[in-house]
Amino acid sequence: MIGDYTYDQFFSILAMQGFAGLILFSVFVLMALGLAIIFGQMGVINMAHGEFMILGAYVTWGVSLFVTSFAPALFPIYFFFAMALAFCASFTLGVFVEWAMIRHLYRRPLDTLLATWGLSLILQQTYRSVFGAREVGVSLPDWMMGSLPLTDIIEVPINGLFVMALTTIIAVAVALLMYKSRWGKQVRAVTQNRVMAGAVGIDTKRVDRMTFGLGCGIAGIAGSAFTMIGSTGPTAGQLYIVDTFLVVVFGGAGSLIGTIASAFAISQAQSTMEFFLSGSMAKVLTLLTVVGILMLRPQGLFTLKIRR
Amino acid sequence: MTDDIPAKGPYTLNRRKLLAAMATIPALGMLGSSRVFAQDTSTAAVNTTGLAITDTEVTVGILHSVTGTMAISETGSVQAEILAIEQINALGGVLGRQIKYIQEDGASDWPTFAEKAKKLLVQDKVASVMGCWTSASRKAVLPVFEQYNGMLYYPTFYEGLEESPNVIYTGQEATQQILAGIDWVVDTKGAKSFYLLGSDYIWPRTSNKIARKHIEMKGLKVVGEEYYPLEHTQFNSVINKIKLTKPDVIYAIVVGGSNVAFYKQLNAAGIDLTKEAPLLLTISVTEDEVLGIGGENIVGAYAAMKYFQSLENDNNKAFVEAFKARWGDGIVIGDVTQAAYLGPWLWKAAVEKAGSFDVDKVREASPDIELTTAPEGYVKVHENHHLWSKLRIGHARLDGQYDVVYETADLMEPDPFPEGYQ
Repeated sequence: MIGDYTYDQFFSILAMQGFAGLILFSVFVLMALGLAIIFGQMGVINMAHGEFMILGAYVTWGVSLFVTSFAPALFPIYFFFAMALAFCASFTLGVFVEWAMIRHLYRRPLDTLLATWGLSLILQQTYRSVFGAREVGVSLPDWMMGSLPLTDIIEVPINGLFVMALTTIIAVAVALLMYKSRWGKQVRAVTQNRVMAGAVGIDTKRVDRMTFGLGCGIAGIAGSAFTMIGSTGPTAGQLYIVDTFLVVVFGGAGSLIGTIASAFAISQAQSTMEFFLSGSMAKVLTLLTVVGILMLRPQGLFTLKIRR
Repeated sequence: MTDDIPAKGPYTLNRRKLLAAMATIPALGMLGSSRVFAQDTSTAAVNTTGLAITDTEVTVGILHSVTGTMAISETGSVQAEILAIEQINALGGVLGRQIKYIQEDGASDWPTFAEKAKKLLVQDKVASVMGCWTSASRKAVLPVFEQYNGMLYYPTFYEGLEESPNVIYTGQEATQQILAGIDWVVDTKGAKSFYLLGSDYIWPRTSNKIARKHIEMKGLKVVGEEYYPLEHTQFNSVINKIKLTKPDVIYAIVVGGSNVAFYKQLNAAGIDLTKEAPLLLTISVTEDEVLGIGGENIVGAYAAMKYFQSLENDNNKAFVEAFKARWGDGIVIGDVTQAAYLGPWLWKAAVEKAGSFDVDKVREASPDIELTTAPEGYVKVHENHHLWSKLRIGHARLDGQYDVVYETADLMEPDPFPEGYQ
């Protein structure tokens, strides 16, 4: 016996909480990746990140409505089109925002903070005017709902597995793009030394625009995936923004590995504590720990050495 | 799917909508006391305190959030209040005066609510205000209403522990929603153990406190009590705890975006609510919330409310028809929306009983006002400014509506300060 539980129960708890922690980890990585790219590579703090996610969610909702009315046969697999479209929509909006707003503010980080916060308010009210103030329900194909029973206590939610798989694919794709492709090399060159990169013929403006667009596009995919586990409404993006920033800042700006490590640490700490304490207390303790560590290590867990 | 509510200013009826509103007149004609007094209704006589009242018009205020986080919930209330006002106007208004409304936006921000309340009372001199939704917004405007002696009709079910002379509470206070619901689940479902779950703020905490007392007084067991921050979106841990403690009943008071996440993840974790093992009883999910949650994620759950859209009676049939004619077919009506609809009617009845728009006289006339035409059935105002009402249990269907499976035989007395439960 451990506490009130038998050994059997205790191992079930460990297994289930392990899964819960892994799912939370995937969710954190997925929401933070886009922000980490933008923040890390460009130094832009994108307060409208949550709203780009919700754009993806609304696109998914739109596709689900379209498919149910015009092509019901495709319903079981519509989610994949929806994610692709969500990426395109958020990417396009991201590129447009970069062109119209962000590029004028590169040397003024505090102003980008304010400007993107304003943008998030504008987007929220736009969603409210276009889609209505009420939340919309995104219906999912049957195969994506429910769970796989492993034992009579341990069950693994299918949508959790889906998010985990998606996160892995996207994280690997981003890593390949950043560290193996020509374009990634350019991005890193611009991050390390903008003037020199320009001097050797890299179109830094174009790189900036694509980087911002890519970050926003990944946010769109995340938003699309989160219709499975959360709500879709004009202000739902706000639900994610705090955790997202927490993960990125704790991980150390500019480091993908840092983002992943910090997502892992925070998610495991939180889901373990949630089990033994109450939800609110777990949150308080997690935040306190993060604050404590950041006081000792202000640059975050991992950092890149770059020339400013 | 847009809810185009004009942010401000008087609303002019178009003909189709007017016809729709007129269609419900026969049912509403019997409303309240249709006594014909040989009374003096000149403006000087019915308005001694300088409210915005002319010989043909009386101005009231509507104060809800149509922007910001709370717009999702408050939209329905605004729609209901506008519908009620239009219907009253189509019937000839109040004391021979058409109601004109000024709508202000609280913007989901509590200081804004207070500021707008002050503007409505001081600058616009409105005769009454229909408004507020969250307890926080009500607490913010309360000092304003008490200082400038306004009258607020507040629609939301809430935690109780309040009884202001300047507020009429048209929703249930906590005991009206909780006690009978728990009695029902114990008596008919034989529940023995409960898991209490809520969002972390005053309403769920106060409500669960009352629920816990009631459960323990029956000699039954609370096996867990948990609160999660309002913006929480990950419920896997608490779902695991529920699986381990195996309660008979999950008593859920989760609100907002968290609500959607909770039910989606509950379903995904393999807890099929239709099997009732455990059974889920909630006091925070109306038809409005189900829109976002999705019927397939909540089918089989039970909700304790005083009103469901599917309620079968003639008043409700007329109400639902008029509401859809005015705001669109796809719309759903939840408990609070119905309570908001009662506000203008209760005010009209009180004004007519008092023969005056003066706030003091309306207040004096308010207790014992009855509505026989309320969609929820008969309601009556208690001396403590809350309503006598019934409690009903709804069983969630796949299509997002509820089947009413139980209703209390008698009206329940509102008791905002329940002894032994604090």
